[in-house]
Amino acid sequence: MNTALIQQIIDGLAALMLLVSFSLLAQHRMLSVLHWFAVQGWLLAITSAFVAYGTGHHELYVSAAMTLLLKGLLLPWLLWRVIKRLHVHREVEPLVNLTLTMLIALGITLFSFHIIQPIEKISQLLTRDSMAIATACVLLGMLMMITRRKAITQVVGFLAVENALFFAAIGSTNGMPLVVEIGIAFDVLIAALIFGLFFFQIRTTFDSLEVDAMHASLVEREEEE
Amino acid sequence: MILALGACIAALLAAVGGGFLRGSLQRTALCLLLGVSGLLAIVAGMAGLLENPATLTLPLGLPWLPMHVRIDALASFFLLVIGALLTPVAVYSQGYLRHERRLAAMGVFLPLFVLGMFGVVLADDAFSFMLFWELMSVSSYFLVTFEHEQPENRKAGFIYLLMAHLAGLLILGSFAVLYAAGGSFEFVSMRNAELTPFWASVAFLLAALGFGTKAGVAPMHGWLPDAHPVAPSNVSALMSGIMLKVAIFGFVRLAWDLIGTANFQWWWGVLVLAAGSSSAVFGVLFALQQHDLKRLLAYHSIENVGIILIGLGLSMLLAHFGHPLLAALGLIAGLYHTINHALFKGLLFMGAGAVLHASGTRDMESMGGLIHRMPATSLFFLVASISISALPPFNGFVSEWLTFQTALMAPQLGAALLTAIVPFSAAMLALAGALAAACFVKVFGVVFLGHARSEAVAGAREVDGWMKLGMAIPALCCLLLGLLPVLFVPLMDAIPRALLDVSLAGHVHAHGWLWLSPVDVSRASYSAPVALAGMLAIGGLAFWWLHPKGTTVRRGPIWSCGTPNLNARMQYNATSFSQPLRRIFGGVLQPDEHVHMEYPAHKLLTKKVRHVLHVADPAVRHLHRPIGDFVLNLARIVQQEHQRGIHAYLAWTFATVLLLLAVFA
Amino acid sequence: MSSLPLQIAQALLLVLLAPVAAGFVASVKARLQNRHGPGLLQPWRNLAKLFAKQVVLAENASWIFRFAPYVVFTATVMAASCVPALLVDTPLSLTADVIALVSLLALARFFLALAGMDIGTAFGGMGASREMTFSALAEPALLMSVFVLSLGAHSTNLTTMIQHTLNTPIMLQPSLAFALAAMLMIALAENGRIPVDNPTTHLELTMVHEAMILEYSGRHLALMEWASMIKLTLFATLIIDLFMPWGMVAGPDAAGLLLALVAWVLKIFGLLLALSLAETYLAKLRLFEVPEFLSMAFVIAFLGLLSHYMLEVNA
Repeated sequence: MNTALIQQIIDGLAALMLLVSFSLLAQHRMLSVLHWFAVQGWLLAITSAFVAYGTGHHELYVSAAMTLLLKGLLLPWLLWRVIKRLHVHREVEPLVNLTLTMLIALGITLFSFHIIQPIEKISQLLTRDSMAIATACVLLGMLMMITRRKAITQVVGFLAVENALFFAAIGSTNGMPLVVEIGIAFDVLIAALIFGLFFFQIRTTFDSLEVDAMHASLVEREEEE
Repeated sequence: MILALGACIAALLAAVGGGFLRGSLQRTALCLLLGVSGLLAIVAGMAGLLENPATLTLPLGLPWLPMHVRIDALASFFLLVIGALLTPVAVYSQGYLRHERRLAAMGVFLPLFVLGMFGVVLADDAFSFMLFWELMSVSSYFLVTFEHEQPENRKAGFIYLLMAHLAGLLILGSFAVLYAAGGSFEFVSMRNAELTPFWASVAFLLAALGFGTKAGVAPMHGWLPDAHPVAPSNVSALMSGIMLKVAIFGFVRLAWDLIGTANFQWWWGVLVLAAGSSSAVFGVLFALQQHDLKRLLAYHSIENVGIILIGLGLSMLLAHFGHPLLAALGLIAGLYHTINHALFKGLLFMGAGAVLHASGTRDMESMGGLIHRMPATSLFFLVASISISALPPFNGFVSEWLTFQTALMAPQLGAALLTAIVPFSAAMLALAGALAAACFVKVFGVVFLGHARSEAVAGAREVDGWMKLGMAIPALCCLLLGLLPVLFVPLMDAIPRALLDVSLAGHVHAHGWLWLSPVDVSRASYSAPVALAGMLAIGGLAFWWLHPKGTTVRRGPIWSCGTPNLNARMQYNATSFSQPLRRIFGGVLQPDEHVHMEYPAHKLLTKKVRHVLHVADPAVRHLHRPIGDFVLNLARIVQQEHQRGIHAYLAWTFATVLLLLAVFA
Repeated sequence: MSSLPLQIAQALLLVLLAPVAAGFVASVKARLQNRHGPGLLQPWRNLAKLFAKQVVLAENASWIFRFAPYVVFTATVMAASCVPALLVDTPLSLTADVIALVSLLALARFFLALAGMDIGTAFGGMGASREMTFSALAEPALLMSVFVLSLGAHSTNLTTMIQHTLNTPIMLQPSLAFALAAMLMIALAENGRIPVDNPTTHLELTMVHEAMILEYSGRHLALMEWASMIKLTLFATLIIDLFMPWGMVAGPDAAGLLLALVAWVLKIFGLLLALSLAETYLAKLRLFEVPEFLSMAFVIAFLGLLSHYMLEVNA
């Protein structure tokens, strides 16, 4: 395969990445959020495999495989288990109305495109075009954390930010050193496990996974004291 | 030039005639002279567009500042716009005013209002511009409060006067900046003045705010939906159709002509574009929630001013980035929509006046089925509805299409952010256009179709010949301007030639007179005549084929899926039609909606349902009321000072003298 | 000018094929639901029956009600005859670019909605209100995807756009994929298909298009039904023109035309097959989820625009 085609495929994958970030934002139900999160993991893995092929950095294959296992399979499965055990299938009304969230997201994408443009002009990398998208995806993950009520969706938002950062790393520097990457991967895994434990703990303490409810309950308790 | 002055003199004579004559002679003289004035304006405008600019100094006004008059391409075009609506409105008024007894106030102020608009368009110095501007504002105030017995009319008039003067003050500020740069009140010196970017921006912002307030651009529009409906319908037609356009004229005059395209900054265009898109969407969304026919039309004026501004904003952006040809396209698109809106909005207000005349109400919830009672009026109203909904082959579509084509040139702007903002505002324009179509399905459907919802409407009578003729003329113009833009755009070409030094005429009909193409035929093309001819052919063929000899039509009762005992109250009405949009755009509209159910015995046995709905305009609450309160409070303070007696007066005088000494010594 | 008769023939073909296409969708759906289905020609038989029937008008129907079927039909057919299906360069395609084409369909819709309001039943008003609401929300998305498509060709004239696609080497363009996705969503909404509206429903409170034509009968109903079938085929042809015009011929030579005809018919039926699959597997959306569906279409089209600038301009 020639470079131009690889370039096009990577661009296409980047566009898909952006679309998946938007889809994550647009979901009503927890299960579909998880599906899209898994899709994002798969996309990441495929992208890093293609970058590995295009640049000849073979250690990227390893991180591709790791991404696939961890973010495409393990983490979604863990979260799915949590959801099943806790019976939280529906995200209740998001904090901000969905269409408005979408418009804000579009604005954010536009903004990140605007600020990244000067950097893209000097970069010579194969993946330079995807930088703006990676930035946008990071910001969109944060937006997801802001606009959702449920703790689980917020965690997915956090993990999506991490995914986007990984994507940015592939895009800007052809991936981080393998050691760092493995380290981060384990950090994320541990974080997810801790989050999982927390969910159960929170649930038994507050009877709800909604962040507002926790706050209200805490305030109540303080008043009682 | 002579013709234009003739138009002014005719208007002045009409004021005299309207003021001093009595009886039916008064009405005839008023309408005749206004009609003549309109015709003269049309001829003067046509001539002015084809000839070179002419200037004249009149020995009127202040001793050291005679009145300067100039008729150039821009002024001619707006003379044409004024004339094009004034003439049919004058014809219409002959019938409309028949049952109006107190003509004296209308007889004086209507011509003065028209004179003011002529004056603004023709003025060539800031002083006469402002003079006529105020004449226009004040005389329209008296027209708004024509039926001053009702307190809400007085209130609407007050807010209107207040906002008009605020606008005047801002415009005066803009002129002051230009005066400081140019050293003279004459437009010639302002045109040649050297402006620093900062002062150019200040002048532009003041002008944009001032003219924007007067044109009803969101969020400064709050006065408009209150003021326009309460005036008599012929005046509403003029106010919505032309007076807002005079504000557009002022804006173009100041920005393009006096400040100059060379001084444009990129964010001016973005500002105008943003104001335009938000007005367009905001106006139509609120229009959809109205059930007072004239108020609904007033909100549509906000929308259409927004559409005009989108064209102008695109033009500013393209001019700044060095594409004068494309800038000319945007300018033409905006101005084309100006004359289109004058025609169809004038027609709509005249139609609303006819309905009001026949049924005695403005409330759409008690109308219905008028197409059977008023066939001619409904036909003209339908033409205007199709035009304002931007559907081919009528005129509204042409100008919106040209605006879209200008927006499609956005990739040539080069700046990354703008290439995404411009399509977004084009999408807003598309949304506004489609919502306008929804709104006019609602208006036409609720007012003219279905069953009558009240006794008065069921017994409505068609209006007289004058009113029909008054509505027929703009309806015909709507069709002509929609069918033959290729002939009309080259006529407007003098404006971009004067303001942007570029000619568009050769490009729009590069492919022959049938096809309208912006800039280049390979980009896009549209041919209304071919489309209409094709549709007529297909329709005729289908009709001929489906109507062999002996085809009969049987009339039967309404089916409605077999629902028995239908009555007029079961129809969809204006409120229910807009319910989905009210729910979807609830965040913007903030409707105050309650349903009260009464079931004394059981929840399933409902006895009475009451639905209360109120959609308030946020601009009134957050902008206009505070300004009004501020002015009233100020007046109260002054009033208290007045009551303090002679010593306080003397103290104030003394303080003023001291202040003056301190400043000038 | 041998292309003018060719163009008329092509339009005629589209108009005559439209009921067959509708029959195809119905048949495929029936097969997918383990039914036999009425066959490809059933819509034609229905139309023929309706044309032969006497018209029964409601007692208070105005001239709008009788006039509307002709406007709806002629505007749709006019739009259909401006779309190139076999030949790339047809004289009439200059009559209306994509935007004007969509506006012709909007004219048809305007009269359709007015006809719904004319009799003064709750059903008609409901259909008109919903139809106009949804189409208004679809409009920005449609314009945005047209905008994305026009970026490459610098044109909204169909002929120029097709030529541009035919002349550029095939490459992966995310922006076009986004535009296609948005366009497909809008096509579903505009034609009143599942998940937005159910074309086979009657007497349901969720119906949109059917609610407006409830009071029609005889030839009027036939014209309305035929127009909506033509609209479906027209949208399919439009999508083919914009995204996959390969196979269309530049000049009128017999062999090329035959090939183009085969390619066009195959592509149409391919798209309609996809439509029937989608209609079988998707559930109809709740009424107030439709705005979300349409705003997603807008977002996707806008992403197409952004990804064009982000990914394709510098590359």
